[in-house]
Amino acid sequence: MKPVTKLVVAILPVLMIIGCGSKDVKKDDASSTGENVVIEGGASTGDATGGTRLEDEGGTGGAGAAGTEAMGADTGAAETSAADQDLLAEKKVYFDFDRSEIKDEYKDILRAHANYLMSNPDASIVIEGHCDERGTREYNMALGERRAFSVMQFLTMQGASKSQMRTVSFGEERPAVEGHDESAWKWNRRAVLVYSE
Amino acid sequence: MYGERLKKIVGVFIFWFACWVGQANAALVIEITEGVEDAIPIAVVPFKVTGNNVLPTDIAAVIEADLARSAQFNPLERKNMLAKPFKPRQIKFKNWRMLDIPNLVIGEIENKGNGNYFVKFRLYDVYRQKQIIGYGFPAKTNQLRKIAHKISDVIYEELMGVKGAFDTQIVYIKKFPNKDKKPYRLYLADADTFNEQEVMRHDWPLFSPTWSPDSKKLAFAMGGSRGPGIFIFDVMTGKPPKRLTKRSIKASAPAWSPDGTKMAMQVLENGSSDIFVMDLKTKRMTRIAPHWAIDVEPTWAPDGKSIVFTSERGGSPQLYQYTFGQRKAKRLTFKGRQNLRASFSPDGKMITFVHLSENNGYNIAVMDLSTREMHIVADSSYGESEHESPSFAPNSSMIIYAANYPQAGKKGKKTGLVAVSVDGSVQQHFTDEGIGEVREPAWSSYLN
Repeated sequence: MKPVTKLVVAILPVLMIIGCGSKDVKKDDASSTGENVVIEGGASTGDATGGTRLEDEGGTGGAGAAGTEAMGADTGAAETSAADQDLLAEKKVYFDFDRSEIKDEYKDILRAHANYLMSNPDASIVIEGHCDERGTREYNMALGERRAFSVMQFLTMQGASKSQMRTVSFGEERPAVEGHDESAWKWNRRAVLVYSE
Repeated sequence: MYGERLKKIVGVFIFWFACWVGQANAALVIEITEGVEDAIPIAVVPFKVTGNNVLPTDIAAVIEADLARSAQFNPLERKNMLAKPFKPRQIKFKNWRMLDIPNLVIGEIENKGNGNYFVKFRLYDVYRQKQIIGYGFPAKTNQLRKIAHKISDVIYEELMGVKGAFDTQIVYIKKFPNKDKKPYRLYLADADTFNEQEVMRHDWPLFSPTWSPDSKKLAFAMGGSRGPGIFIFDVMTGKPPKRLTKRSIKASAPAWSPDGTKMAMQVLENGSSDIFVMDLKTKRMTRIAPHWAIDVEPTWAPDGKSIVFTSERGGSPQLYQYTFGQRKAKRLTFKGRQNLRASFSPDGKMITFVHLSENNGYNIAVMDLSTREMHIVADSSYGESEHESPSFAPNSSMIIYAANYPQAGKKGKKTGLVAVSVDGSVQQHFTDEGIGEVREPAWSSYLN
C-alpha cells in the first residue's frame, strides 16, 4: 500500500467539478430507470391494445444512464494524496478506434482509482464501456465490454479487488457527445468509472 | 419502347402517386439506381369500384409499387394506357400489343357496404390472348392493402416462378430523443412500411429484433444495468415479452435455428464475447467455436448445419462459418477493412452483411456462397451515410436495411429503411419524417 497524506475525501466532489470543466463532455440526458418497466403500446396483430408489461429488471437503473460527475466517491473514511485528488476527479478514459488498450496518458488516473479502492474496501464501482457509432451495434456491445474489462484488469493489476468492480457495456447507445465525425467520436470511445454508494 | 431516362421518370411518378392515394403514414420515394433492362413490362389497369366509388386504397397502385420495387417488373404508366378495361369482355388485346405490353392485369371491387368488399383480379397473356390466372378475395376496408399485396404475390409467382414476398412483415426499432420517455420502441409493419404498429417501448436500449422461423414470435435484446438479456415476444397473443436468458449472463444478438428448437446468441464474459447455442427446451447452453477474440452476431444457415458469425480472431472483424461437427471455423471474407453482421438468404445461397471498405464507408454487400464472390448492393461514401442491418426477403430477391444520413453541421441525423434488389439495381427508400431514428429492420418469413 502506498502511504497516504492527510486530505479528507469530502472535498473530492468540488475538485471533480473543476476537473471535469476542462473536458466539458456533455452529459447524456438519457434517464434510464430500470425500475420502470411498464411497456406502453398495443400488441402487434390487430386489435389488442393496452400496455404490455415486462418482468422487472431489478437493476440499479440509472447506472449507465448518465455520466457520473455528480456522484461523489464520498465514503468519507479514507485519505488520499493531494496529487491523487486531481487524478480521482477524472473518471473517464478514452480509446482509439476499434481498440481497447489503456493508453499511457490514462494510467496515472487509473492507478489513483486503484489506490482509492484499495484504501476504501467498502467502495465499489461499475465500469461502463462505450463506443462511437461506427460499426455494428452488437459488435460495439462486445467492444464496450472489452474496454470496460480492460480497465478492470488494469485496476486489478494495481491491487484493487475484483469484488469491488463490475463491468457493463452500453455499446454505441449512450454517446457522450452527439455528432457524426471524429470530433464527437473521440469522446464517445470511452470507459467511465461510476462509484456507487 | 421506353428509353432509360424515361423509365426513371416513370418510376418516380408511379411511386409518388402510390403514396398519395394510399393515405400513407410513411413517405415513399423510389430511386432507380441503374437501368432495369430485363424488367418485364406489365400493365395494371386501375380497378373499377362498383357501388360507392370512394376507396381508401388504390389497389392497382399498390400492386404497381410492389412489382416495380422487386426490380423484376416495369409497370406501364397509367396515362399511357389506351383503354382502362375492368371486365374480360372489355379487353382489346391490340391496345396492349401496340405498347409492347405482354402482361395485363385488370380487376374490379364490389362494394358490399358496411366496409365489406369483394376484390376480383385477372392476369392475361396479351400475345396468347388468354387469362393466366384469376382470383376473388373478400376483404374489409383495413385489409385492402393486404389483398393488394396478395395479388402482387400471385402475379409474381405466375410470371417469375418464385413465390412473391409482398404480403409479409418487417420488424424494426426506432430510437427517439432521450428526453422522450421510453425512447426505444419496437415496431411491426407491412413489408412496404405501411400499417406501422408499436409493439413495445422501454427506457433501456432495445436491439437486434429477429423473427422465429414461423414468424409467430420475435426475439430481441434489451439492455440492463447488469448487461443485456434476450426476450421473446409472442406476436400472435401479444402477451408481455418473456426473458429467455438468465440475469447472470450478458446475452444479445439472438438467432433462431431454422427448426425453431434452438437459439444462437452472443454472450459477453471476461471482456470478450462468444457464440452460444441454447436448447430452447432444456435451456442448456453450448459454446461453439470458442476463441479469446470477440465473436458476435451469429446467423443460422437455412439448412441448420452451420452458423456464420463475426469474429476478430484474424485481427479485424470478419465473417466466419462454423459447421456443426467440425472443430474449426472457416473464414469467409477477405476483402475490405471489416465485414460484419451477416444474414443468410432463405434459399441458403447467399449472405448479406455490412462491409467496411478501404475508404471507410459502411456498405451493404452480398456474397454468393458457392463462388465466394462479393458485390456491393448499397454503396455508402465516408461521411455521407452509414448502412446497417441488412435482412433478406423470404424469397431471397430483395434486401431491406437501415440507412443513416448524418446532416452536415448538425447533431441529428436522418434515417430510413431501404429495400434493394439483390443485384443492387433498384432501391426504394422509406424515409420516416418523424424524429425517431429507424434501426435494424428484419424481414419475416412467408406469412401463409
